[in-house]
Amino acid sequence: MADLQVGAQIPEVRVTPDKYLTARYAGASGDFNPIHIDEEFARAVGLPGRILHGLWTMAQVARAQTEALGGPEHLKRLSVQFRGMGLPEQEVVVSGTVRELSAERVVVDTVAEQAGKQIIRNAEAELTP
Amino acid sequence: MPVNIQAVGKTYQPVLYAVGREKVKEYARAVGETNPVHLDFQAARDAGYADVVAPPMFAVVYSAPSVGPPIFDPEIELNFAMMVHGSQEFEWGTPVVAGDEITTTSAVKDIFEKDGRGYYVFESISTNQRGEQVCRGTWTNIVRGV
Repeated sequence: MADLQVGAQIPEVRVTPDKYLTARYAGASGDFNPIHIDEEFARAVGLPGRILHGLWTMAQVARAQTEALGGPEHLKRLSVQFRGMGLPEQEVVVSGTVRELSAERVVVDTVAEQAGKQIIRNAEAELTP
Repeated sequence: MPVNIQAVGKTYQPVLYAVGREKVKEYARAVGETNPVHLDFQAARDAGYADVVAPPMFAVVYSAPSVGPPIFDPEIELNFAMMVHGSQEFEWGTPVVAGDEITTTSAVKDIFEKDGRGYYVFESISTNQRGEQVCRGTWTNIVRGV
């Protein structure tokens, strides 16, 4: 478990989704929206290409919290805002700062960035220590 | 055109989802989980769980199917082609493990307009086979140019 105190950073999660990640996540999650898996379709609707599932990126934000606290049972609530879009084959970095800490509750302000742009912003995680 | 708010409060048919062990492992691998409680039956048992534990965000797998009917409900008149997933919140209760049967009921929590955008907020409540709440989801979809 990470050393927690108010103002401290949780350990970053850095992950580079490979070329086929969106296909695997589509199968795992059941979300087959073609903007995530079909390059031609994505371009036809004005996107730069296939984009990441926002909920996959949210899962990376969740994983940063559960890894920092030592297991899935610590995560009680997570709220996020999606912004812009994430792209395959570029590193996603999740960072977070402890804002509140008591015997019952830890609150972390957290974001996910790609190429310096926030793709998840204003996210807040509530955990048990 | 103003948003149609008549459907606020409307609830939809419950959706049942049976949590399979291999599905949990497939999902855990797709999101990069390495904690063995998600991937290994014996590790989950040793940690005190009945079977492999669903990562918290597995909530999308069992609860998203219940949010489809409100999104496509003609009474709501949500323009799907112009919709983006604006924000999401999950609040978790009892952990979900393989073998659980999860029932999710969704409702229209709010519909409003702000700065020319329509906000459609749906709430999903998921409970397990013992009636314990496992997750509450708040799904905010934004439609441009309403």
